[in-house]
Amino acid sequence: LIAWNVTRGEIEDFLYREAALLDDWKLDEWATLFTDDAHYVVPSNDFPAADPTRHLVMIDDNKQRLLARVERLNSRHAHREFPHSRTRHQVMNVISEGGDEQGLRVSASFIVWRFRNDRADFYVGRYDYVLAAAETGGFRIRYKRATLDMPSLEAAGTVSIIL
Amino acid sequence: MLDSDLARLVDEDLTRFRVDRAAMTSQEIFEIETVRVFESVWIYLGHESEVANPGDFVRRTVVGRPLMMIRSRKSNAVRAFFNTCPHRGATICRQDAGNAKVFQCFYHAWSFDSDGALIGVPDEAGYPPSFDRADFGLMPVPRCESYRGFMFVSFNPNVEPLVDYLAGAKEYIDLIVDACDDRIEVIAGKNDHGIEANWKLLAENSFDGYHALPTHETYFKYLAKIDKTDEPGDDSASSSYLANGSVRDLGNGHAVIEKFSPYGRPLAKWAPSYGEESRAEIEQLRARLVKRFGTETAIRMMDNGRNLLIFPNLVINDVMSLTVRLFMPVRPDRMRVTAWAYAPASESPLLRAKRLDAYLTFLGPGGFAAPDDVEALESCQQGYAAGGIRWNELTRGMAREPRATDELQMRAFWRRWRDLMANRVLAGAAR
Repeated sequence: LIAWNVTRGEIEDFLYREAALLDDWKLDEWATLFTDDAHYVVPSNDFPAADPTRHLVMIDDNKQRLLARVERLNSRHAHREFPHSRTRHQVMNVISEGGDEQGLRVSASFIVWRFRNDRADFYVGRYDYVLAAAETGGFRIRYKRATLDMPSLEAAGTVSIIL
Repeated sequence: MLDSDLARLVDEDLTRFRVDRAAMTSQEIFEIETVRVFESVWIYLGHESEVANPGDFVRRTVVGRPLMMIRSRKSNAVRAFFNTCPHRGATICRQDAGNAKVFQCFYHAWSFDSDGALIGVPDEAGYPPSFDRADFGLMPVPRCESYRGFMFVSFNPNVEPLVDYLAGAKEYIDLIVDACDDRIEVIAGKNDHGIEANWKLLAENSFDGYHALPTHETYFKYLAKIDKTDEPGDDSASSSYLANGSVRDLGNGHAVIEKFSPYGRPLAKWAPSYGEESRAEIEQLRARLVKRFGTETAIRMMDNGRNLLIFPNLVINDVMSLTVRLFMPVRPDRMRVTAWAYAPASESPLLRAKRLDAYLTFLGPGGFAAPDDVEALESCQQGYAAGGIRWNELTRGMAREPRATDELQMRAFWRRWRDLMANRVLAGAAR
């Protein structure tokens, strides 16, 4: 393990700022938090341990597709999210899992609420991050995985927002 | 409602075809539909490869009924049972999939073998001498038949044989399974989600070529970027491909649209988004399929996409990936959808990764297109509450040779639905 001289408070500040950007729909700014080799993954509900190259997941974005996802959500033609839903990304139980050559491994719990068109949807699960040190200080995201606890999307129907 | 009232839910003459929106909103119609449609025809259960080994099982809810599919340890046959203990009713199988020597009800510990026979009853001496284990086996679903690995059930013991029921859809299943070297596997990880809309709206949407460009503009834009194809427009590849597609009524309510694919296909059409590293392998696959099936069939296999609906609720989308989508009615305004990615068992790890990547771009609850379909269906269902307008219009293509962007395929679906609802089907599935 590579020692990282950071406090949980610094990690939490970063994750809370990321959550605020998502809730404020500042998605262009949110995307700048990611490294060029980043991946954003949401496994299928029934297979939390999935490897996206071998198993069917719901989202497996490299930077190119992540930017395309942001462009899509910023447009008026992502119909599930236009008008935008109101969301609240709540991040809790933040644990530093130690560093390696990829970066600092961090896990957390999340509840993401989504409200739109008289619907209230929720997404509950676990985040796994690999954070890289940013040149300007602070962190950038090399890997973000949002693993859902709900056994299906029976209630929410889709993952049309960014978790 | 009288049969004649039910027949009038679909109103057609030579130039007009329309469907009463009550078909999507009425509780009474929903209840009749459960019996006359879902409990009288064949319904897809799952793929045989999901229970590849003796003792393998999966559980699945079909039209609200918990069922289980088990591969026998004795005969190797795959059978479907009602997932309920013959003793007092508890569900026997309480996990989604697995392998078991013995299926034991946790409540009173009655146990059954993989053929459903009752093989263990604690303190059996407590029952009168007339108690016979043979009377208390797991109850098989009345009919269970497979076509090339696709396993269907029917709650109607008098239903016609599955091969007859599939009618013209057989040819398309053959084409898909042949292209997969006759051995399909189900990729782990499934999409499982609800939609607040009537199930028939997803049947329509699944092969609605007319909606593709307006609803999925963001997907075609992204595709244009990654595959360097034209952006959607009057002269673009995506527009002409939609216009040039064909549509066929396959009988018994099944129908298909088929069209040239503007995107790459793992079997076997290379596109820039697949990367140079996969080009040689895809070219080899092409050559092999041409050699095996002849140019005409192979080109159709490889370069065309197909959206096939098997009446009433199974969709096989052989598009940028091979997707099998099954949807069950829950309420008039609610359905439950399960979708799997199928693939040739022989596929290389590289092409498998490309296939999965292509799937995610369009399909699935987090894709660039499927969420907007969900939104469209829910929006229609909400619109019906407005009242004021009684009919949905499905007239496109009635005065020309129908195309993939027309509505012949939906008319085929609705005619079958009407005939079942109005008790007009005399042979086979009639009851």
